Amino acid sequence: MPINSRLNESGLDQKDAQSIYRYMLLARSISEKSWLLTRQGRVLFSMPCDGQEAADVASAYALDTVTDFIVPYARSLGAMLVKGMTTQEVMLNMFGKAADPNSGGRQMPMHWGHKQLGIISMGSSVGTTIPRASGVALASKLRGQNAVTMVYFGEGSASEGDFHEGLGFAGVHRLPVVFFCNNNGWATSVPVSLQNAEPQVAKRAQGYGFPGVTVDGSDPLAIYQAVKAAVHRARSGGGPTLVEANTIRMMPHSSSDDHLRYRTQEDLENERKLDPIPLFRDFLITTGILDETSDQELQEFVDLEVEEAIELADAAPSAAAETAFNGVYAP
Amino acid sequence: MSEKRFIDAIRDGLREEMAADAAVFLIGQDIGVNGGVFRVTDGLLEKFEAGRIIDSPLAESGMVGVAIGAAMNGMRPVVEIQFADFIFPAFNQVVSEAARMYYRTNGDFTVPMVIRAPYGGGARGGLYHSQSVEAYFAHVPGLKVVVPSNPHDAKGLLKSAIRDDNPVLFFEHKLAYNTVRGEISDGDYTVPIGEAVVSREGQHISLISYGLSVHHCLEAAETLSAEGISCEVVDLRTVRPLDTVTILESVKKTGRVCIVHEDNLTGGVGAEVAAIIAKDGFEFLDAPVQRVAAPDVPSFPYNPGLEDVLLPGPTDIVRAAKELAAY
Repeated sequence: MPINSRLNESGLDQKDAQSIYRYMLLARSISEKSWLLTRQGRVLFSMPCDGQEAADVASAYALDTVTDFIVPYARSLGAMLVKGMTTQEVMLNMFGKAADPNSGGRQMPMHWGHKQLGIISMGSSVGTTIPRASGVALASKLRGQNAVTMVYFGEGSASEGDFHEGLGFAGVHRLPVVFFCNNNGWATSVPVSLQNAEPQVAKRAQGYGFPGVTVDGSDPLAIYQAVKAAVHRARSGGGPTLVEANTIRMMPHSSSDDHLRYRTQEDLENERKLDPIPLFRDFLITTGILDETSDQELQEFVDLEVEEAIELADAAPSAAAETAFNGVYAP
Repeated sequence: MSEKRFIDAIRDGLREEMAADAAVFLIGQDIGVNGGVFRVTDGLLEKFEAGRIIDSPLAESGMVGVAIGAAMNGMRPVVEIQFADFIFPAFNQVVSEAARMYYRTNGDFTVPMVIRAPYGGGARGGLYHSQSVEAYFAHVPGLKVVVPSNPHDAKGLLKSAIRDDNPVLFFEHKLAYNTVRGEISDGDYTVPIGEAVVSREGQHISLISYGLSVHHCLEAAETLSAEGISCEVVDLRTVRPLDTVTILESVKKTGRVCIVHEDNLTGGVGAEVAAIIAKDGFEFLDAPVQRVAAPDVPSFPYNPGLEDVLLPGPTDIVRAAKELAAY
């Protein structure tokens, strides 16, 4: 297919493509700089999203970012940015400062949650979010909200019982929810072959009575198209969809992990060929949507935005120690 | 005032709160057409529009997870776990998610959810339809745990629980449903969570309890009064947060304490009550604190003889109280 018509077919225009690319660059920049901050000891924990920016950004781009809900997981940085979280807010979260809208420094970094933005709080117990997303969508249905809920998780979380229970419930009640699985092949050190004898998570959708699709996680246009269809289906009463993006994990599981204990350099080098950022950049330049100069400027602009956010977040106050006792119960 | 059974009080509470607030809905196994295995929700399905009473798949974790999500999007779900024994698959959702949502989001999100579950032995339910599980949850900051003993409190506390912005566990003794009757106020009323009540005034010994065991205490107090021992019965009603003021006032008055629950002894609510008394009521005590509880065996066996020997009842309380009186 000619590449110009690929953009047309996706339903996106040139401005959308530029916007998606910018969000991808911003997510990568934050992820890379957060990693460096952990190496400098300025930030104590990070979960890199390097390699799955296309999946996170393009999927969230298919939502109504004002009225729809996202139930994230720790690698959903790109989706958080699209949903409206600012670079400054992300960095306040990384530094665990009082003004962090996610938790005011109570949770580890990248444990997202922002009521005003429709981002439903997550903890560290993965998979618990999946029935929760069905519950958010159930409430939308009961309240007559025209909202779609999208929940992000990895293929490792899909081994949790809550995956089964959450999808089962959503199927029965045809809830307006999109289950988005980032299948990067690794749950920390455990390969997908040890999670399940069938590595494609999307195939399980059949067992819940709704469609499951697998898309190339490095192709933002394909992801957007698949999720747009799933969102439309959800909003129009058609029920849930399980979308699986085959993504890559270019970095260790977290700043506390060393992936060379279980992956080879060769494997990592090979996977790097699927890095969505240079692939999408090439597409945009070939189609004339972007040129080398504007790309360079954009990259510098994004880096500057992140650097400024880091300095402000680093200087921002922490919550007073005695506030650790507060807020156990709602009044 | 009118006399009601325990089960009717709970059903009335559910129906009235559902009628008063469109955000309230019920989810649980067999609660729809079947009206619940104990018939607590009997007749409610016909009274409300579709979607207000949901027969859940057989999936406790998913059910509670769904309820948490709905609560985070403006609803006030009331979950029925068919037997308290089956709540454990949902433990992670309750303890790691619901209980700490308000804290971990720095006050951004609340989880106004009630989980109701029938608990307790004596119904020949064997090891998996007889357990008391309140102590697991009473340990958890962020949860409220309510165990009413009579119809009036059950209805009033249930209404408070549904209107509360925190997750509340609400345990109902399955023997109480049809056997415990009592006068109930007319119209809408609530009983506050976290307040104990003195069910019977007395001078010599404080019997501190909650749930069905309160009735065992009242029976024992009657027996003991014939022998000149005057017992005060304190019904905790809520086991988290505990009403330390009422507990200590009673200890101050009597100086002798027996804590009674059907849950097994070690790590039970009685241990916490005893610790509170040891710290803040030490000067009032004239005798060591006694506890009457099920022994530390894994719940109650099915065979009636095997179950009855383990179930704490009025006779055990009388024995413990006499020891206290003689100390």
